[in-house]
Parts: sequence; C-alpha cells; structure tokens
Amino acid sequence: MPATNNPVEYIEHHLTNLQVGHGFWSIHLDTLIFSWLLGAILVLISWRVGRKLSPDAPSGLQNLLEAILEFVENQIKSTFPGYSPLIGPLAFTVFTWVFLMNAMDLLPIDLLPKIASLLGIPHLRVVPTTDPYTTLGMALTVFALTIYYNFRVRGPLNYLKSFLVHPFGIWLFPINIVMTVIEELAKPLSLGLRLFGNMFAGELVFMLIALLPWWAQWLPGGAWSIFHILVITLQSFIFMVLTIMYLAMAHTNDDGAH
Amino acid sequence: MNVTATLFGQMLTFAVLVAFVWRFLWGPMTHMLAERSRRIADGLAAAEKGKHDLERAQRRAVELLRETRQQASEILAQAEKRANEIIDEAKSHAKHEAEGILSAARSEIVRETNAAREQLRVSVVQLAVVAAGRILEEEIDADAHAKMLGAVVQQI
Repeated sequence: MPATNNPVEYIEHHLTNLQVGHGFWSIHLDTLIFSWLLGAILVLISWRVGRKLSPDAPSGLQNLLEAILEFVENQIKSTFPGYSPLIGPLAFTVFTWVFLMNAMDLLPIDLLPKIASLLGIPHLRVVPTTDPYTTLGMALTVFALTIYYNFRVRGPLNYLKSFLVHPFGIWLFPINIVMTVIEELAKPLSLGLRLFGNMFAGELVFMLIALLPWWAQWLPGGAWSIFHILVITLQSFIFMVLTIMYLAMAHTNDDGAH
Repeated sequence: MNVTATLFGQMLTFAVLVAFVWRFLWGPMTHMLAERSRRIADGLAAAEKGKHDLERAQRRAVELLRETRQQASEILAQAEKRANEIIDEAKSHAKHEAEGILSAARSEIVRETNAAREQLRVSVVQLAVVAAGRILEEEIDADAHAKMLGAVVQQI
C-alpha cells in the first residue's frame, strides 16, 4: 500500500512551500525558519566552542571544527591568491551551513510535514536548499562580493575594460560585452542552480521512493540515503570551492586569467 | 521565480551568519591555531636547545672531573711530601731537644758534683779544724786562721 493514492497530488503537496504574503512580500516561512534554525545551531556551536578554545587539550566539537577549519583553509590556500580576511569565514560558513541545510534531506521525508499537518500547518518543506531562494540568495551574495572585490582589487576601469576586450580583443567589443556579461551572470546562476538542482532532485527521488509500497521502500530508500550522504557533503563542498574560486578570480589582477 | 523578500531574507541571513562565524569562531580559532603551532615550534626549538646544552654540560662535566682528579692527585702528592717533611722536621727537632736536655742534665750533674765536692771540702775543713782543736786542746780562731784554712781547702 503506497503512502497515497494520488501520486501527483502527493508530490505537488510536498513541493509547495509554506507561503505567506503576495508579490514581493511572498515569504517562504518554512525555508526561512529552517535555515534560521540551522544557522542558529551553527551560531550556537561556534559561540560555545569559540568562547572557550583550549589550545592544549582540544576536545569534542572543537576537534571537529578545527578539522573543518583546516580543511577549508587548505582549500583556500590551494586556490586563493594572496590574503583576504573575509574569505576564510565565508567559505567556512558556506560549507557548514549548506551542509546542515542539505542534511535535513536525510530526515524521513514525511516526518516533519506530517507533524506539521497534525498541528494544522498545510505545507512544509524542511530542506532550505531545495528552495532556489536560499541557493540563489547565497550565490547572489557571493556575486556581489566578487563585483566588490573586482572593483577594489582590479579597479573599476580595469574591470569594465575586461568587458570590452575579453575574449576576442578590442575590435569585437560588442560581442565581447555580450559574452562577458553572460559569463559573469552565469557564475552566480550556475552556483545557485547547481546546489538547488541537486538537492531538489534528491528530494524528488525520496518522494518517488515514498510512493512505493511500504515493503519495497527499505532497499531503494536505504541505498539512496547512503548515497545522499555523499551528495550533500559533495554539494556543500562544491559550493564552497566555487565560492573561493570566484572570489579568487576577482582577486587576480591579470585580465586574461579565467 | 520572482524577486521576493525570501531571497533578501536568505541573503541577509547568510551575511549575518558569515559575520558571526568570523567574529566568534574563525577569528579566535585561527588565532588559537597559529598560537598553538608557534608554541609547538618554540617547544621543539627549546627541546633541541636543551639537548645541545645537556651535551655541552656533559662534556664540561667530564672535563672538570678529569681536571679535578689530576688536581686531587697532585694535592695528595704534595701532602705526602709535606708530611714527610714534617716528620723529618719533628725528628730533627726532637733530636735537638733531646741533646739539649741531655747536655743540661750533664752540666747539672757537673754542677751538683762540684757543689757536693765544695760542701765536702768545707765539711772536711771543719772536721779538720775541730779535730786539730781537739788535738791541740786549744781553740783555733777561725777568723785568724782563715787564710791558712782557705789554702788548706784549696789543696784538698
């Protein structure tokens, strides 16, 4: 006996955000609340560990965070030219926060929405990264930072000049402008949509598994969950590496470097 | 997809999170890690230095020991020599003193002998005078005959 008799309705129900307001003020409450909760966990852990760091006898969470921090730092050192105080915390936050949000996908897909519906909440999507507003929000923040650093490090003129001369040289500048604009805009779009697409697809597969008869769910469900542990880690890692890379590009003075 | 408050909400959340992580975790932790690696490096350098110092101290100790042994044996030899000297000195001194004592005793003996002899002479003279007086039945005036008696005493 499947979870529902109407698969289309089931999936549509699961893909609908808990939304209030209209137009610009339409707010995805579930996305915001869950990302805030996970952010709050991150904040709480950071604060508790950061408040009493033990240089001699690190234990528990501090070890974990140190390991992540050194991992992130190694990634930065291998890609990022020079030094920027922002890049470390930025990459660290991207990695941990995206990982936590992705990890919500590993909860049983009907668990929280069921509880919510019992409490009278009609829709609930618990994985913030399956909402493009989250992933594109982060990607656009990174994009804004790349523009800021392009202006600061390469100078506004050099940056604008790269729109004219790249990639075909100055004589084909109309084509260059179009190409470069597309290239620049593709960065945040691909950054945000990659994460969104992966997590959305992963969630969809969980829904399809949930539509199987109950006795047939454990094998594909277990397999997909285990595989998904890899996916959520990999996707948060990719998002972090691309963030570092885009900022690294903005920090390279060489116009030809892409 | 439209531009909505959710998008800006997530951007803001992201920014706040980054700022918080920066301020409360990344900053202190990188500082702590740098401090730790510095301390480890310092500790290793100190250990290396300590090892060198130890080696030097050991070499110095061995050298000192050797010097000391040599000095000790020298002192010992000197002491032996000095002891022998003292013994010799003491011997000669004692010999000297013994000789002194001996000669003093000898002279004492001589003096005593002379004194005894003198007394004996006087006694003999008195005896002689008494005996002569008995024989002569006459008092001899000692004072009157002192000169003569002196001569007699000398002859005895």
